[in-house]
This record gives sequence, C-alpha cells and structure tokens, in this order.
Amino acid sequence: MSIFLALHIPDGFLSVPVALVGWALMIGFVGLALRQTRDSLGERQIPLMGILAAFIFAAQMINFPVAGGTSGHLLGGTLAAILLGPWAAALVMTSVVTVQALLFQDGGLLALGFNVFNMGIIGAFLGYAIYQWVRNTMGNTRNGQMIGAAVGAWVAVEAAATATALQLAISNTSPLDVALPAMVGVHALIGIGEALITVGALAFIQQSRPDLLGAPTATAARGSSWIAVGLVIALAITFASPLAASSPDGLERVAEDKAFIEEANDAPYEILPDYTIPGISNEALTTILAGVIGVLIVGGIGYGVARLNERRAAVSVPPKAAGGD
Amino acid sequence: MSHHTIEIDDLSFSYPDGRQALDNVSLHVAQNEKVALVGPNGAGKSTLMLHLNGILRSSAGRIQVGGLALNDKNLGQIRAWLGLVFQNPDDQLFSPTVFQDVAFGPLHMGLPEAEVRARVDRALAAVGMDDFADRASFHLSVGEKKRIAIATVLSMDPQILVLDEPSAGLDPRSRRDLIGLLHDLDQQTMLISTHDMRLVADLCSRTVVLDGGRVVSDGPTAEILYDSDLMERHGLETP
Amino acid sequence: MTLVHDRYRAINSPLHRLDPRVKLVTALLLIVGIVLTPERAWPAYPLLWALVGGIAAVGQLGVGRVARLGGVALPFALAAATLLFTTPGDPVISLAGLDITDNGLARFAAILLKSWLAVQVALLLSMSTHITDLLWALSSLRVPATLVAIISFMIRYLYTLQDEAQRLTRARAARSATHTGQRSGGSIRWRARVTGGLVGNLFLRSYERSERVYAAMLARGYRGELRSLDPPPLTGRAVLSGAGVIAALVVIELAALLLWG
Repeated sequence: MSIFLALHIPDGFLSVPVALVGWALMIGFVGLALRQTRDSLGERQIPLMGILAAFIFAAQMINFPVAGGTSGHLLGGTLAAILLGPWAAALVMTSVVTVQALLFQDGGLLALGFNVFNMGIIGAFLGYAIYQWVRNTMGNTRNGQMIGAAVGAWVAVEAAATATALQLAISNTSPLDVALPAMVGVHALIGIGEALITVGALAFIQQSRPDLLGAPTATAARGSSWIAVGLVIALAITFASPLAASSPDGLERVAEDKAFIEEANDAPYEILPDYTIPGISNEALTTILAGVIGVLIVGGIGYGVARLNERRAAVSVPPKAAGGD
Repeated sequence: MSHHTIEIDDLSFSYPDGRQALDNVSLHVAQNEKVALVGPNGAGKSTLMLHLNGILRSSAGRIQVGGLALNDKNLGQIRAWLGLVFQNPDDQLFSPTVFQDVAFGPLHMGLPEAEVRARVDRALAAVGMDDFADRASFHLSVGEKKRIAIATVLSMDPQILVLDEPSAGLDPRSRRDLIGLLHDLDQQTMLISTHDMRLVADLCSRTVVLDGGRVVSDGPTAEILYDSDLMERHGLETP
Repeated sequence: MTLVHDRYRAINSPLHRLDPRVKLVTALLLIVGIVLTPERAWPAYPLLWALVGGIAAVGQLGVGRVARLGGVALPFALAAATLLFTTPGDPVISLAGLDITDNGLARFAAILLKSWLAVQVALLLSMSTHITDLLWALSSLRVPATLVAIISFMIRYLYTLQDEAQRLTRARAARSATHTGQRSGGSIRWRARVTGGLVGNLFLRSYERSERVYAAMLARGYRGELRSLDPPPLTGRAVLSGAGVIAALVVIELAALLLWG
C-alpha cells in the first residue's frame, strides 16, 4: 500500500478554480527556480537536476518496512533541498511529480499545480528553512545538521498534508474538520519515517563524500532569508484556512462529525480539537489562531530541542566533528 | 585537414585532494596509428584520456591534437576532431532515444538538419545498427549500447577515436563483434585504454604501459605484451 | 521494490499517429471540462464516458481496459467519503449511527465519476503517446526548454537508477536473515538507518553519474545550450481532430448546464 497516495491528488478532487491557483503557484515558482539555478549551476544544471530527479523517483521506491506488512518510503523534498539548495530541489521535485502524473497517473494533470506545490515546493523551501534555522541555532554542529534535517523533513511532510487538506476543503471535497486532523494525524507518523530516512541518507553521504554537504558556515548568512520564505508559506497556509472554513460544509457541523472523526480516522491525539479554540466564536478567527498556535508549537519544540543539543554539543563535541566537512 | 595526431608532452596532474594522477607523461600518436594504453586500475588511464579534449585541464605540460594546441580557443575544434567514447555506455548515451544521442554531437556543431540526419544514418550504418534510430537507449543490451556509444562519436566525423575500456562487460560474441567493428574503422587514429590483452593483440600495433601516473613502457605490442616480467610487475597478464 | 514501467503501448492507430501537441492540449481541456460538469447533470456522465471510450476505441487501447485502469485513483476517494455524512440534506441511509444524506451521496458519486473519467483521459494520453513525443510537445507548447531538458534526462535515467535501487535493496534483502519464529530486522530506527543508507548510497552514485554524463556532453560539443531539431509542422487535419473532440465536449457540457444542471 502506497502511503503517499494521500498526497498525490487525482483529478476530480480539486475544483477548477482551486486547481488553477495551484498552476499559477507552480508556474511562478518554477520560473523563478529556473532563473536561480541557471545562475548558480550554469551548464551543469540540466544533467545534474535531471539525473537527481531520477534519483528521487528511484529512492521513493525503496521501501522501509515499518510494521505489519505496511511500509513507508521517502518523499524526498527536504533531502533534495539540503543536498542541492531549495531552488534546484524545487525543480527536481517538479520534474518528479510531473513525470508521475504524465506517465504513471500518480496524481492528476489538472491537480498537477498543487501536487507540485505540496510535495515539491513546500518540501524544498519550508524543509530547508527549518533545517538551516535549527542548524544555525545549534552552532553548525553535525548534530545540529542532523536534527535540523529531521525536524525539517517532518514539518515539510506535515505541511504538505495540511496544504492538501486545505485544498480539498476549499474545493468542497472533504470537510476541513475531518480532512485536516486525519491528514495531519496520519502524516505525523509518515513524517517520522521521512525524518529518519533523510537523516540516514545524510549520515551516509557525510561519511563518504562530506564535501557534498558543504561547509555549514558558507550558507549560514543566507539561511535567514530561507526562514523568511518558509514562514511566509506557513502563514499563507494558515491564513488560507478561513476560506476553507467559509465553505458551506466547513466547521458548522463539527459537533455531529466529532464522533465520526474519532471512529474512522484514528487521529492519535488532538491538541487543538477540530482546529478550533473553545470560547472564541468567530470561526475564521479561531482557525487562523489555531493555525498560528500550531506553527508556534512546532517551532517551539524545534527550538527547544535545538537549544538543548546546542548546550550538549558545546560540551561534548570535539571541534573536528563540529566542522561538518 | 590536419594530421590526426596526438602529442602529449610532460603532462602532470593532481586531483584537488592532492592525489597525483599523472606524472610527467609524454606520448605521441601518429596518424592512423592504433595505440593501446594498458595498466592496472588507478594507473591514470582515464584521467589521461579526459585531458585529451580538455574535460580535465592541467597547467603542467602541453597537449596538441591534430597539430592544434589545446586551449580555450581551440577547444570546440578539438572536441569535434577527437571523439571520446566513455567506459560506461550509460554515461555516454544520455538522451531518451538512440537518434537523439547520435544527433547530439552534429547538432551542437551547428550543422543543418539534413546534414545531421545524414550523419546519424551514416554513423548507425557504420556500427551496424541501422534500424535502431527510434529505440530507447535504456532498453538496449550492453553490446548494443557500446556500438551506439561509438556511433554517437562517429557522427561527428572525428579524426581520432579515444576509447576507454571498449570491451569491458561484453559477452564473448559481442566482444568479437566489437573488435571486428574497430578493425573496420580504418580512417581514424585510435588510442584504446583496456585490460583486454587479446583485444590489444588483435588491434594495436603499439602498446603503452601506464602505472602510477607514469609511462613505464612504450613500444611494439609484440614485444611488450609477451614480456611477462614487465606485465606482471604492473598487474597485467600476457594474452 | 517493484519497478515501474510506463504505460505506452506501441500500436499504429490514428490516435497514436495524432500530433502530440494536439493530444496534450485536448487531454487537458477534456479534463477541465469533466471536472467542470455540474454535479447533478447525470446524463452527462455516460455521454462523457462514450466520448472517452470512443477515443480509446480509435486508439485500439481496449475500452474495457482503459475503464478498469481509470480506477487507479479511487482509493483517494476515502478523502471525500465524509461528504456522505456531512453534506446537509435528507437522510437516505443510516450507517453506524450516522446518516448518509441524498446531497452527500450525489456529491460523492459526482466526484468519483469525474475522477474516474479524468484518469481515463490521462491514461489515453500516456498509452498513445511516446514520452519523447510528449517532451517535444511540451517544449513547443512553451514549457521552458530547460525544464523539458531536465525531465528528458530524468526519463532517460529513470530505469537505470531504478535498476540500481533494486540491486541495492536486493543486497539488503540478501543480508537480512531471519531465524525461524523470530522477528527480523531490528528496531524501526535501525531499519530506517539502513534504508537511509541505501538512499544515500543511491544519491552518491547518481551524483557521480551526473558528473560523468556532463563530461560526456562536453566531449560532444555541449556548451550550456541544448539543441534539438525543429518539430514537424502542425497539420490542419490534426487540429481538426482535436477540435472535433472539444466540440463534442462543449455540446455535452452545454447540455449539462442548460438541460440537466
């Protein structure tokens, strides 16, 4: 059973206006990414990114036995961004998702825009921004790099799931109060697999070709701008949610559905029940607030873990290992 | 037309990590000569070949191809004259179809469409793969890929062919076919890097032994190949 | 792991011979039209299927097979299943204490039908058009040449790297022995590390391959700009066939909107 089926939206599930917004986002990002990578990679751009797109495609087929016959596998956006930078990774993931749609009907053609955005662009930019932020916070140690990669990969998968749920809700295909906890809950687990595989891959590369992971300090200054990009994406997602809530099947039926959610979607726990905050009556406002709180909680955990390790690293990691190259 | 020659004088090269790959290599290949380049793994054979059309550049030493010094100005001309066939055909055949791969060189030389098509037909015919133009590269056998890889270079009408391990990974029949093909290509000067001593004996009149980045022996194949002391010393064996 | 193969069928049919630019644009418009169909315009769905099935028949692809393969996206319908209960309307069936409403049923059925039809259209495109033709069609439809070139390299090495990935997982399997009656494979963390190692290994092989391929391109005169032959001209006949399909679509959609919507 392919777990990522849940992120490859087929045609028919997004309304045409929503799908067109996705296409616009894809065209904008891809255009920018083409320009950026032409400047940074030059003539090597085409063979490098083409072959690495084939790599991501093949790596997604390597399964990771979890339990009871199910298996997870890599999505790869954050890994690609750490190895190539976010712009090149966005192009690599765009190619992967496009070929999956064109050749194998994994994900629709009309839905291609948001599939590229969810799995490629969010993974590349948000995952990379968090990776850089944690790494810088922890003083560019090897531990910081690995924890940053893990947190980045996990958040990227969760954000992709959140975005997918939002797009389905806005298309009036799946009520937000059901889709969001279900998607986010399931992908909380999938994200752990993504994080572990990403770290495993980076550890292997660190051992064999540390030169490819680069000296951490070189990109540290640029890192902050990626954080900004990531936050913009996170906030855009948050603020898009009231649109979903205003759809006729939105949050009105929370009460009735609650029983259903608990039966059918086995979301492990709900910090913010049904993505609303009790005691605040304006639905749009509560959804925004809930989103912001969610982003802050994830950020806070990441920051706490980072600080904790920073202190430990400062004591125990010899300077050689701290270099990262 | 010029003289189909390769002249390498005092070439040295170290990789960025400090490993010295070539140490004062000098080697002249005359027009229409077929020269074998043998030596153990890591001797510097592939590194030397990558220097011949400027993919690797070294400041120490001098290279002339067809009488032209290898520099930025002559690079395009030299790449058209000297066809380099890589060891792994999966690296050489990077286009989705055979036609696109064989047409790549002529297209990037700026030739008009009719000429490109004519050259693709000619090159595929020369390697006996006339019917393969529309096939997908990834569905070919190793032997077929090796032949197409040679065609991708022949379509550029090179004066010199430089082949890295042309018979590696081939079954006995494909290997015999390939040696026959290289035999029939008599217009080109050839420099062949290989571990296949029977191929050397069949094709090359002259053999150069490279070890540790240095030329340790250079002479008629008949003498070098059957000097079992020399061969053994450099990790090789007589055919 | 199972290897993925593309769905192209080499058949000499009028659909296969049709200009890939026309096929690509027509397929996109068909999908848009299908998704735009008013939800309750029930007579429109069999007509749309007749159109899709007709194209499949012209392409000798097997109407039944295309219809069956069109179901690949149906598991995703789970995401929409809650509409059955949450859409306001009159209850028609009661299931485990929850009511399925008439409106919910209609909406859910419409989504499934649209998805099934749209996937069939995408299938017709990929079953009748070789990927190399799709690629030049993309670039003559103004998709940036660099992106098309990247996708073209990806296609070329898709199978090569899948083979490499398979060799790596087989090597993993060959060394993953199990004692009878015991659980194999250590902790999840350990298994993830092994999987990560395979992925890292595959990355390095791919990266180094890209360096060799780049060298091979340079050796054949590549200077940073990819060249290709001009695409053949678009014939009036090809455009007409595409326009015919679109005209049929427009008639169905208009009827759906005015008569049945």
